[in-house]
Parts: sequence; structure tokens; C-alpha cells
Amino acid sequence: MSYFEIKELVKTFGGLTALYEINLSIDQGEIVGLIGPNGSGKTTLFNCINNFCTPDRGQILFKGQRIDGLPTHQICKMGIARTFQIVKPLKRLTVLDNVMAGAFLHTNDEKQAREKSLAVLEFCELSHRKDMLGKDLPIADKKRMEVARALASDPELLLLDETAAGLNLKEIERMLEIVMKIRQSGITCLVVEHVLKFLMGVSDRVMCINFGREIVTGRPQEVMSHPEVIAAYLGAEYATGRLH
Amino acid sequence: MRRGPIKYIVPGILAVALPFVLPGYYMHMLILVLLWITLATAWNLLGGYAGQVSFGHSLFFGLGAYGGGLLFYYFGISTWWGMLLGPIWAVIVAIPIGLITFRLRGPYFALAMLAMAEVARIIFNSWTTFSNGAVGIMISRTWGGNKLPYYAIILAIAGLTLYVTRRLVRSKFGYYFLSIREDQDAAEALGIHSTRYKLYALIASVFFTALAGAFYMNYMAFIQPDVVFDLTDISIMMILCVMLGGAGTEWGPALGAAVYVLLAECFRTVPVIKEVHLLAFAIIIIGIIMFLPDGIIGSWDKVSRCFVRPPAAETAAAGQFEPGPAAEEEVRKPEAEL
Repeated sequence: MSYFEIKELVKTFGGLTALYEINLSIDQGEIVGLIGPNGSGKTTLFNCINNFCTPDRGQILFKGQRIDGLPTHQICKMGIARTFQIVKPLKRLTVLDNVMAGAFLHTNDEKQAREKSLAVLEFCELSHRKDMLGKDLPIADKKRMEVARALASDPELLLLDETAAGLNLKEIERMLEIVMKIRQSGITCLVVEHVLKFLMGVSDRVMCINFGREIVTGRPQEVMSHPEVIAAYLGAEYATGRLH
Repeated sequence: MRRGPIKYIVPGILAVALPFVLPGYYMHMLILVLLWITLATAWNLLGGYAGQVSFGHSLFFGLGAYGGGLLFYYFGISTWWGMLLGPIWAVIVAIPIGLITFRLRGPYFALAMLAMAEVARIIFNSWTTFSNGAVGIMISRTWGGNKLPYYAIILAIAGLTLYVTRRLVRSKFGYYFLSIREDQDAAEALGIHSTRYKLYALIASVFFTALAGAFYMNYMAFIQPDVVFDLTDISIMMILCVMLGGAGTEWGPALGAAVYVLLAECFRTVPVIKEVHLLAFAIIIIGIIMFLPDGIIGSWDKVSRCFVRPPAAETAAAGQFEPGPAAEEEVRKPEAEL
């Protein structure tokens, strides 16, 4: 039994098959990357895991227990936290309050939640922003706040949805450091990312999907050089070398 | 000396001393202000913090009032028992409404409340054998014309409401309410059971609204469905008090209620405005919405700036585009070439 497992997951929106028989298993402590062209179903997979949308078929198992179909908040209580590609800051709350909203998951005490949140903010290098309103943050800090908020809920499995998208090189570097630190603290991660530099740096394994179907799963270098992956991103001509 | 204690001592002394100085009419105003502070603060907990706007809180105000009223009507028991029965009864009615509508997204709760309050008004009006209908329920006041005991009671109720609200919003509940208001998806992803926490906010809000209703029964000594279940004078006024002071702030609704009640009374007594006091109100409300959308407390920075340092008059922007003679010439040019 693996730590986290997705079995033959199918999700359709009307006539559109967003995900078709996706299989993925993640071991504890691993960082798995998820890539695919736009609209390939990466975020839908995340939405299925934390039940923003319910899968049509298939199973999702976390520590041997089925979690598909459970309410979103319960999945978070079990230890699966996520960030959002399109950031969802609590706009009119300060950064600290944003993070505290996450920290209250395992405590009822305001003081404990505050201490925990301050520690997480320090961890994510956001302490200097703690009194700013969520809506006023620049995008890089918003993304880091998402990570901090998810971390404050003490997750075992963290789903990171394009935390490096829209950041400049230096900001990506910082985010990379944070994800490495998260890994060191023993949290398992599933990372969706377009920025390959970022993904190659952190992942143990990478899965590539296109049109909701799995193309290949393996070590980052293998996946990057896989002809079908290249075809999915750059077109079939590049993959076969027939371009010249 | 720290500023902290003064904040509480000064209003405390005022609250105790005022009733001994003020004549009866002003006592009545003070009691009304406190009543509306209670109502606005209660509404704010649900509408301002948890973001669940209710257009029918008069339902709970009315149920609170009729709790005591019906006890008297049927059993001849003192209407003061309504302070106990009213809130419980109202909460029991509120829970199923919340359980059904809070699962949905969108304006369903607001609409359901609007409908439920009207339904209650019509039931209490038409089912005369149950509620004595439009005739209403009349009691004789416990303390007759003496306003002091009423003042003490409503002061305690308002204080309790403010205190409980303050404790709630500074705890886990407050953070969860705000998270739900700001982004329900994000809140759910943070492990917040949004339906349950909305329901908690509703219960607390309904409890204090109904408590105020029960007090109203005792103080006014006369209730009627059209008065206590009224849409504009109860439900909407609660919202306006909160909007005026600042939704989602601790003291905003209290301030809004005080300003609102006193202003309404002023308008009603000023000779010229008297006839059109509602119109005057409408203008003020429009002004608030346009210039202080977050209310007085909510946009405090803006308000205080007006008093402390008047904003520099903006130099008129005269850079409007006017097609001068040069432009005209350019247009004509091709023609000339032809």
C-alpha cells in the first residue's frame, strides 16, 4: 500500500473528458512533479483530490483510506493542504490573519495559532509583510502567502499548484528554496508547474499528462526527453526530428 | 497612564451617570440607541463578519417579541419570561433555515430570510386565534413611566452583545467567519466547515436579535405583527446601521446605530425636514454608499483625514482634447492635394 494513491481517476465536464484513467502513487517524503500543456487537466486533478469537483470514477487513497467524495474541509483535516494557481488571498485580512485562519485547524487557542503563524511566516520569509492586507501584496508574496497558509494547517501532503508561475527568476529561486525546506521538514509534495527549471530542481519523479491522459511517469530527465512529452509541448515534428 | 483603561472607564461613567441627568424623553432616545446597538451588532456578526447578508432579521426580532407576548396572552405569565423563551424559540426557527440555505452558494440565504420574515408577518397577522392578529398584544408596563430599570436592562443586553461579539470575533470563530466571507473555496481548503461556521454565526446573531425583541415587548408594552416583523423599519434599518458604521468592524455597528437613531429623531423634529425626513435619510445613505462604502469606522482613515488635514483641492484637469485649428488643417490637407 502506498502513502497516497490515485487509481483510474476519470473526470468529465459534460462531453469533455478532463481526466481519463489517471494512475499515480506517491511515497511518503517524495516530491512528485506534474506537468502538461495548458488545459491538460493538472488543476482538475488537484480539484479532484481535495474534492472541489467530485471524480466520476476511480479512487483516491490517502494512507490506505478512500478520500474521494469526502467534503473539502475534511480532506484538509486529514492532512492534505493545497495552494491555488489563481491565488485566493483572504483579501481584506492581513497576511498574519490569513495564515492564522489556516493555523486554527489543529488548535482553538488564539495565542498558539499566532505563534505557529509567525513561525510559518518566518519559514516562508514573509515576516516583514505580516501586517499588510492580503490584497495589497505583490504576486510573489501572494504565492508565498498561499504556501504559508497551507503550511500553517500542518499538512502531511501538500499540493502546490503553480507556485512559481508569473514570478521572475530571483523569486523562483526563493520559492525553490522554500520548497526544498518544506521537503526537508518531511512533508510530501505534489507539485504542478510550468517552470521546468523549478520542477527539475525539486522533483524526485515527474508525471506528464496531456488531454487528461497520462503520457509518462518517471525521473525528471527521462520525462523531459521522452518523445511524446516533447511532441505534446512542441509538436510532433520536433519529437521525430523530421523538422529539418 | 495607558490609554487602554480610559477607553472603558469614560463610557462606563457616562452610561451610569447619564440617566440621572437626562429627562424622560432623552432617556427614551438612549434606550432606543442601546436597542439598536444590540440589533446592529447582532446583525453584523452574521452579515459583517461571516458575510451572510440577511434581509429578514425582523423575523427573529418579532419572534423574540412574540415569545413573551404569547406567554402573556395564553398563560398570563409575565412577559419578562419572553427574554428566555424568545431567543430559544427564534434559534430553533433559524437552524433549519440556515441548514438548508447555507449549503448553497449565492443569495439564497438573503432571499430565504426576506421571504421568511414576510411569511411570519402574514401568519401572525392572519392567524388571529394564535397570535391575536393585527390587534396585537398589549401589556401594562412593569415599571410604568419609570425608565431607569429599562435603561439598566437594555444597557446590560447591549453590553453583553458587544462583549460576546468581541470575544467571538477575536477567537477562532472570528477568523473562520472572515475567511468564509472573503473566499469560501479558500476557507474550505483550509479545513473550515463553512456550513457549520455560518450556522454558528447565525445562532449567535439570532439569539441577540431575539433578546432585543423580547426587551422591546416589555419596554413598548404593545406589539403588532406589522411593527415587529416590519421589513423597512426593522430588517433594513439593521442593515443600514451596520453599513453606516462599518460592516465587519467591532464598533462600527454600535456607532452606526447611535448616529442613525439620533439623526432620525432630529429629522423628525426639525420643522422643514419633518415631512420629508425619509427623503433626507435616503440622501445620507446614498452619500455614505458613494463616499464611505466601508462605513464610518471601516473608512476611518478617510474620515479622520477630512478633519485633521483637509485634502488639498485638486487642480482642475484642463487637459481635455479639443480639436484645434491645426487638427482641422490636417484633415483638410488631403482634400487640398486632390
